[in-house]
Amino acid sequence: MTARPLRLPALAAVLACGGCGTPWQSALHPGGAQAGGLLDLITIFTAVCGIVWLLVMIVTLLTLRRRRAGIEAPLPRDEGTERRPRRAVQAAVATTVVIIAGLTLLSFFVTRGLTADDPQALVVRVRAYQWWWEFTYQDPRPDQAFTVANEIHVPVGRPVRFLLEAPDVIHSFWVPSLAGKQDLIPGRSNEITLVADQPGVYRGQCAQFCGLQHAHMAFLVIAEPPDRFAAWQVAQRQPAPEPATDEASVGRRIFLARQCAACHTIQGTTASGTLGPDLTHVASRRYIAAGLLPTTRGSLAAWTADPQTLKPGNNMPMVPLGSDELSAVSAYLTSLR
Amino acid sequence: MSVAPEEPEVLDRRLDAAALDRRLDAVWQTPRGLWAALATVDHKIIGRRYIATAFVFLALGGLLAVAMRLQLARPEARVMSADRYNQVFTMHGANMMFLFAVPVMEAMAVYLVPLMVGTRNIAFPRLNAFSYWMYVAGGIVLWGAFVFDMGPDIGWFAYVPLSGPQYAPGKRADIWAQMITFTEVSALAVAVELVVTIFKQRAPGMSLDRIPLFVWSMLVTSFLIIIAMPAIMVASTSLILDRLIGTHFFNPAEGGDVLLWQHLFWFFGHPEVYIIFLPAVGMVSTLVVTFSRRPVFGYLGLVLAVISTGILAFGLWVHHMFVTGLPRLGESFFTGSSMAIAIPSGVQIFCWLATLWSGRPVLKVPLLFVYAFLFTFVMGGMTGVMVASVPFDTQVHDTYFVVAHFHYVLVGGAVFPLMGAVYYWFPKITGRLMSERVGRWVAGLVFVGFNLTFFPMHLLGLAGMPRRVYTYPAEMQWGSVNLFISLSALVLASGFLLFFWDAFRSLRHGIPAGDNPWDAPTLEWATSSPPPSYNFARLPVVSSAYPLWDERDALSVATGLRPDRREVLVSSVADARPEARESSPRNSIWPLWTAIATSIMLVWSIFTPWAVVWGSIPIATALIGWFWPKGVPEDDA
Repeated sequence: MTARPLRLPALAAVLACGGCGTPWQSALHPGGAQAGGLLDLITIFTAVCGIVWLLVMIVTLLTLRRRRAGIEAPLPRDEGTERRPRRAVQAAVATTVVIIAGLTLLSFFVTRGLTADDPQALVVRVRAYQWWWEFTYQDPRPDQAFTVANEIHVPVGRPVRFLLEAPDVIHSFWVPSLAGKQDLIPGRSNEITLVADQPGVYRGQCAQFCGLQHAHMAFLVIAEPPDRFAAWQVAQRQPAPEPATDEASVGRRIFLARQCAACHTIQGTTASGTLGPDLTHVASRRYIAAGLLPTTRGSLAAWTADPQTLKPGNNMPMVPLGSDELSAVSAYLTSLR
Repeated sequence: MSVAPEEPEVLDRRLDAAALDRRLDAVWQTPRGLWAALATVDHKIIGRRYIATAFVFLALGGLLAVAMRLQLARPEARVMSADRYNQVFTMHGANMMFLFAVPVMEAMAVYLVPLMVGTRNIAFPRLNAFSYWMYVAGGIVLWGAFVFDMGPDIGWFAYVPLSGPQYAPGKRADIWAQMITFTEVSALAVAVELVVTIFKQRAPGMSLDRIPLFVWSMLVTSFLIIIAMPAIMVASTSLILDRLIGTHFFNPAEGGDVLLWQHLFWFFGHPEVYIIFLPAVGMVSTLVVTFSRRPVFGYLGLVLAVISTGILAFGLWVHHMFVTGLPRLGESFFTGSSMAIAIPSGVQIFCWLATLWSGRPVLKVPLLFVYAFLFTFVMGGMTGVMVASVPFDTQVHDTYFVVAHFHYVLVGGAVFPLMGAVYYWFPKITGRLMSERVGRWVAGLVFVGFNLTFFPMHLLGLAGMPRRVYTYPAEMQWGSVNLFISLSALVLASGFLLFFWDAFRSLRHGIPAGDNPWDAPTLEWATSSPPPSYNFARLPVVSSAYPLWDERDALSVATGLRPDRREVLVSSVADARPEARESSPRNSIWPLWTAIATSIMLVWSIFTPWAVVWGSIPIATALIGWFWPKGVPEDDA
């Protein structure tokens, strides 16, 4: 089901915050039906609450119409003059009850609308670690399943069901342009279903404080037409390409011989560590280190050389490499498209 | 000397005013000197210390906030490291909640409630002294740890497993958990004292429907503390056990439950909000009455609203957990209950407005703060309705929208009334008025600075900025709004600076206030400002809720207490009929020794469970000194 967008342009403009933030990570710029429905709800709540606030403020200011400059003798008590304020207060309380009840019901219905289940959904298992994301595209045929990190692609218009797990601490999965958030909690399994209605790049970020580098735990959701998505899927299932240059093959040798392979997996090689992100197609992703740096050969080299300065406290140790070795490893990583 | 057999002691009715004052002062005063200052059990001296200490923590917490704003003013700034930032935001939250907001409200009550109900000291005055020392010790532990780079860095909510043994090595999380123990012990102690003072020590004639509204608020708040605090003590103790001796309360791999922590924490944590807010409600009611020059509109409605807020406060904790994947039906219940709490809040707002509407409001500084409160708190209430909605909350939970929301309700809803209350009661406590002119600047700067700082945070949250991030990438384009917020925070900080300056200056140079500078109606103004050590030479007798307005010329008083020892009058719960004369404890140094012994045990127990065994010996010794029989038959009973 699709929530029909109900646009209140003036208010939405106010909400749009004079251009603060970017459309790729914003509850105010929905790219899917859920986020659109939530924006409608946000708009209605804001309008109703804004009007109520304004009315209360008008009355508040009007109470000053009989203000005095100095302290006078207290007014005598007179039950007769209390009748009008009493009626006004009773009416105001009754109105409050009605408004509150209305907003509560609205909230219930929107909640129900959000929990649509679709058997056609693509299923992706999410495992959130300190401080990066692992996504495994499930498939009934196990050899068709594949794992990526920190960047996912989804087909436009098709619901994607995310199974949320956290092996270490609590994290929260949040792509505001597509839907609200859902926590990933150790010992429990949650899920959330998203649909992207418009192609685009949406950014997600961990929303639950998860330790030192909570601020650097982002991922991208790239929504694309089904055919391009299918092509991406095929490419991601391939093992890593063979190094095309000598430098890259030296880099691979170093990668496999040094500590790197103990934590990272590169399909098609002997590297099969599971503590760090899968690097099989690392160069096909737009960012490395969970949204920290754009993927370039330079940033891959810088990250490999000194991860602790770029993202202090993250779980990747500094592996001492000579400058030639570093260059070779970055050449190899850059070739993993 | 012969005395009548039915009156074996010296009674106050036999003495003239000057002689009575002299004798009472000899019995009640705190002598000069350091030792006496440490041993005092006078609720006014302890209350003053409590208030001053709480404001010191407010200033420290404010400095942390400024530090955070410096770091966040620019994207990718390196004013401080991630590690330091996480300590700073944790310290800011823990400090403001546990060392400022709750204690300052209780501190105001420690000073004011005995005066407002017309008694000579708080119930259990030695416990009161103990409570203050525990509070100070907790503050020293937390801040001392921070200075030595051992400050907690797990958020003021300390969610497991992040705070558990595996992900929070070192002692930082233990410092947090033990700081909780300190402040909870002191908060519980004060809560018990207040309940007993309010129930059993009210002036004759102060039946339940004549209790000042601030006292009603403190009564409900005290019950909230008594019911809510044990949940957090269970939680923090379980956490320490997990960390120290390897229990698995919160370890899912061994059958523990991560969400159990959140249930326990928020079962305390949400009532905590009302523990801070309800005293402020009482302050607002007090200020509104005095400055609109009329009895409050809807006394019964206000009392019932406070009580129902207190009850509902225990039925909404799950709205802090809307995105943890609990069953939808349960979440809907908590949406309903969270929304419902807007109704008693509305009743209170409407009653205050009706009072102001039909009164003759005088815009003195305290009332200015009430208007600032109405503007800000109503907005915080509106965003409260928003985050009570599950779907709405899934977008704004853990974002700057929520940061904006709870600062609107806590600063707007509690700190503004508190500042108004300080301007209002400062002359009671010191005998001097704070500056009316400076006060207007303070109110203006704080009000404008606050709204410029926190309103844009709503928008930042909707624009996708999560909370508790030590930095953000430039490409997110949150930079300009954050810079604006940081600059506005300086305006807010300057307002607080001016406030502190005014308070300090007025201590010495304020205009002498006289006994009742605002022509206020409640009993704390029925004695001199500042009050004598014994509060009231003769205890007032009350025949209305506004005794100083209704008996303008001479207040009725009760006699028959002994002036040669500390005595308070015990009265019945509902009608405040006098029931008995009760001796009130003398000064004692033992509460301080007990607090020191307890502090040593608590800090030591971070390092070894054996501290509980060996540390109990000095505590027991100190308690024996505390309760050592005095040789006076009534005191031993």
